[in-house]
Amino acid sequence: MLTLLFDGVAYGMLLFLLAVGLAVTLGLMNFINLAHGAFAMVGGYAMVLMMERLHIPFLATLPLAFLVTAALGAICERLLYRPMYSKPHLDQVLFSIGLVLMATTGVDYVIGSQQQPVNIPPWLQGRFDFAAVGVGKYRLLIIVICGLLAVALQAALTRTRFGSRLRAAVDDARVAQGLGINVNRVFLLTFAVGSGLAGLGGALGAEVLGLDPSFPLKFMIYFLVVVSVGGTTTITGPMAAALLLGIADVAGKYYVPKLGSFIVYTLMIVILLARPQGLFVRKGVGR
Amino acid sequence: MLAALVVSWIALPGRALLLNEIAILALFALSLDLILGYAGIVSLGHAAFFGFGAYAAALFAKLAMPDPWIGMGVAIAASAALGALTSVLILRGSDLTRLMVTLGVAAILYELANKFDGLTGGADGLQGVVMGPLVTPFGRFDFDIEGRVAYAYSLFVLIVALLAARQVVHSPLGVSLQALRDNRLRVASIGLSVNARLVAVYVFAAALAGAAGALVAQTSGFASLDLFDFHRSADVMLVLVIGGTGYLYGGLFGAIVFKLLHDVISAWTPQYWNFWMGLFLVALMLVGRERLLSPRQWWRKVPQ
Repeated sequence: MLTLLFDGVAYGMLLFLLAVGLAVTLGLMNFINLAHGAFAMVGGYAMVLMMERLHIPFLATLPLAFLVTAALGAICERLLYRPMYSKPHLDQVLFSIGLVLMATTGVDYVIGSQQQPVNIPPWLQGRFDFAAVGVGKYRLLIIVICGLLAVALQAALTRTRFGSRLRAAVDDARVAQGLGINVNRVFLLTFAVGSGLAGLGGALGAEVLGLDPSFPLKFMIYFLVVVSVGGTTTITGPMAAALLLGIADVAGKYYVPKLGSFIVYTLMIVILLARPQGLFVRKGVGR
Repeated sequence: MLAALVVSWIALPGRALLLNEIAILALFALSLDLILGYAGIVSLGHAAFFGFGAYAAALFAKLAMPDPWIGMGVAIAASAALGALTSVLILRGSDLTRLMVTLGVAAILYELANKFDGLTGGADGLQGVVMGPLVTPFGRFDFDIEGRVAYAYSLFVLIVALLAARQVVHSPLGVSLQALRDNRLRVASIGLSVNARLVAVYVFAAALAGAAGALVAQTSGFASLDLFDFHRSADVMLVLVIGGTGYLYGGLFGAIVFKLLHDVISAWTPQYWNFWMGLFLVALMLVGRERLLSPRQWWRKVPQ
């Protein structure tokens, strides 16, 4: 029971890491980016290729995966995404679907459609018992890394100057611009960091979630659930939503495997029916 | 336009299978156009009704009776009922919430069709559907292997649907829907019920999508999980965007262009045609979709 809870938490943390960048894109620029999963996939492939071809140790590939996807995110933002911000939602959806199609077939063409093997080092394999809870070492690592990152993000958002600029831009981009904040640059940086985090999540999660070219489509709905249920104005909202989703999914698949992902989707629809703006909405932010 | 479609049945007997697919896709796109182009609801789960109609028609033919017309009626009724049931979900929230909920409905149906494999055949698809002959005033026709009867049947359904949709769009309901798409608050403040209109058009669109699905199941004798898949919803959206939203024949033109493109590209590079589709989408969105069909405007600045 508790072991299940532990696995659920690890899964949820991973989802949070993958989706947090999406929350910012959506909250800041009101942009529906269905291609977010593609960045996660790039991170995963970056890690696998670095380990297989260049023999870089596993832990060192994680920050590199972050950097690679962040750079890619920055380039894409400047060249492709920026003209799309002012377009209607329908255009944004189609645009990002197009990106997903290109990314999946591109990876398929270059690397191949098979599932990628992930060789995590032996000291991270296996599990040990801690107070009657079976703790998987790799999952513990995921929880630690994601937890630290969540705390760091929360601190960066609430304590630093960049964080307050970002929050100002989220609340009202026009006024923020008028106050001399370079909203475009704030967004470029945020997009890059968000993509980088997705890439890191993809690299960390490749062992748990699997990695093949259909990754962005398979997990797109999960990211969107996290963001739409959690709301886009805080870090804690998506965090709570991701944990809820992770635990519900793991428990659901364990206890009633016949229903599969059915539980998660139903839960999402019920929550969105009751709270269309997500579970955690800050008062006074009119959209 | 409709005459051209009828002529295509006589002129191109060898391509009836492809033409049949085009007719079905056009019907599906027409149904999405009603809610997307006219009512302004962004849906990523329209395949839910498509697949539901297909399974309803296939199951009815397998378990109850193989007559295509009655099966079509049952499929339409079933998808309209599903549309009425799920229309509650699209009335609240922002674009994102609607996107999620429609996506979720399609995903739930996919899971259900997958898990209740005793009834639906699960991942193998529903096989062994044998359709009875098509009873018309001109006689009885069996569905043939070349698909000419199938194409005539699909074409007939498509034309009826187009005429019905034209009636709806030019009725007070259709006009008020366009007003609602442009400014919801104003429509509400002149005393029209926004929700009732949205529900009405959603049910109608669901019925048409169900009819399209039923055509697939009846003309191919097969229904599979693939019908609920995300790429169906994405494809039909693309079709509509190629042809133009908020325009009755948009779905038709879009379906023709899309299927021909698909045919050409997949003959050239069968495995990676999605890449070119994606590239096309990205480029189209960056240029601006309203300018695709009028090259004159390609180099003009977008009016702000």
